[in-house]
Amino acid sequence: MKISKGEIEKIAHLARLEIDETQKEKMSEQLSNILQYIDKLGNVDVEGVKPFSGAAFMNNVLRSDTLEVSPGPDVTLANAPHRDEDFYTVPRVVK
Amino acid sequence: MKYHELTISSALKLLSDKKISSVELTGALLDRIQAHDENIGAFITVDRQMALSQAKQADKDIANGNMKALTGVPIALKDILCTKGMKTTCGSKILDNFVPEYDGTVVSKLKAAGAVIIGKTNLDEFAMGSSTENSSVKVTANPWNTAHVPGGSSGGSAAAVAAQFCCGSLGTDTGGSIRQPASHCGVVGLKPTYGRVSRFGLISYASSLDQIGPITKDVKDAALLMNVICGNDKKDSTSAKVEVPDFMQALDQFETDGLKGMTIGIPKEYLSIEGIDPEVERVFNESKQIFKDLGANIKEISLPHTEYVVAAYYIIAPCEASSNLARFDGVKYGFRHEGTDDLIDMYKKTKSKGFGAEVQRRILIGTYALSAGYYDAYYGRASQVRTLIMDDFSKAFENCDFILSPVAPAPAFKIGENVDDPLTMYLTDIFTLSANMAAIPGISVPAGYSSKGLPIGIQMMANRFDEFSLLKAGYGFEKTIGLEKRFPQL
Repeated sequence: MKISKGEIEKIAHLARLEIDETQKEKMSEQLSNILQYIDKLGNVDVEGVKPFSGAAFMNNVLRSDTLEVSPGPDVTLANAPHRDEDFYTVPRVVK
Repeated sequence: MKYHELTISSALKLLSDKKISSVELTGALLDRIQAHDENIGAFITVDRQMALSQAKQADKDIANGNMKALTGVPIALKDILCTKGMKTTCGSKILDNFVPEYDGTVVSKLKAAGAVIIGKTNLDEFAMGSSTENSSVKVTANPWNTAHVPGGSSGGSAAAVAAQFCCGSLGTDTGGSIRQPASHCGVVGLKPTYGRVSRFGLISYASSLDQIGPITKDVKDAALLMNVICGNDKKDSTSAKVEVPDFMQALDQFETDGLKGMTIGIPKEYLSIEGIDPEVERVFNESKQIFKDLGANIKEISLPHTEYVVAAYYIIAPCEASSNLARFDGVKYGFRHEGTDDLIDMYKKTKSKGFGAEVQRRILIGTYALSAGYYDAYYGRASQVRTLIMDDFSKAFENCDFILSPVAPAPAFKIGENVDDPLTMYLTDIFTLSANMAAIPGISVPAGYSSKGLPIGIQMMANRFDEFSLLKAGYGFEKTIGLEKRFPQL
């Protein structure tokens, strides 16, 4: 599978990454190499095989519906780069 | 007696006999870090005052007869485990100012057992890498030869133990990140079964593969740490409700029974893997002979899907990473790019400046593989192949107690040798990825040296929740080969 520079731009946007022009070529080459290697998965007969997911061994975990003390906004927001009272702030979304 | 030479078990003995104090031991190790870590780069954060105050408290507890499982013993933590009030960076610019408001479960457990947290160790950014060169903070050197990498991603933890900066440490293992650096640094590394240890407070990389485990000077210390960190935790719904044995009994069981009656499987597919260094092969064959001499039976087994392990892993891990790392967006914690009034632009600049090249590469692979139209061909298929890999192991363990293999195809490579060739780096994970894919435990134990004096380890993998057998066999092997007291000169 070859990943073009254009595709790198598209994926980067989906991932909210900004790849600079000089890196795009390199990323396209490296990702193409990696995905080309991964293409070998196409040789495995997976007809009827169930996919494994991490929680496959686990049973559903329930807890009793009881009140617990919340850490509160000062703990929750302690690492916020920007806050306004008890809220996170981000650049304006609605203009 | 030299303080830095103490293992966890020997330190505990001297502390409880009141022959040494924790303040003396902790102080001596802090001095050693100060004198030598400039050349090794094992630590990102060392908080001298915090460590000494914990040591002081430990000495009080000992004086009051309140000795617990690790009272007064200095332990280092990989800097991906959340520590309340102590910076936790993941080796990333995006978290370089992150101070958690809580302790991860393993950290709470260590503290409750009386351990002294001596510092936070370097790692490949977000645990993505096999050399600890992908850290935004620094490159860690191998204490045996500082021109070489210590392995990764828990390279700082393994180097800290090998350089005798701490009595023991914790690392994390998503595709070999405990076992491979342990092998490269000549120490013991154990990746427990998925679900054995709570992941609460471990900053997630690939949630179906990540696991926390000990990196120690010897197998006995690994058993001691396992006794503290294992168990179900209501804060991690994937932590297993399975009884935790007393792992120290595994050592006693070797003393009484040896390894007689145990069957060791050697996967025939592993023997035909290309590019195995002849010195690794030599150490592997010598190790096999030691197990034979200890009374174990050696049997050839088959893991037919070995050829597809690396490919399936390098889809599953990046997919999970791309989802997990979406949370680092400059809003709730960590670095934020300033100077833009557009939200999407803020996200993009924050992530692109905050994440290093390897992390961005894996986010891109994961995003691509999960994007519309590709899910079934990549993540779906890789998850099916994962089922086949697990079935291979289930069948194999019907015929053997554990599987023996090399840890890495070659001893530690030179710093800078592989940085621009990610695929070649990925391929070196071939022996360790399977244990994560199959959710089984694996241990790396020192087994020899290359002609250049670099350590080479041996790996054992057992069935799910059978760390006991690994510790028993690992202890027997270590006792017979007698390398556990060998450390590099700094």
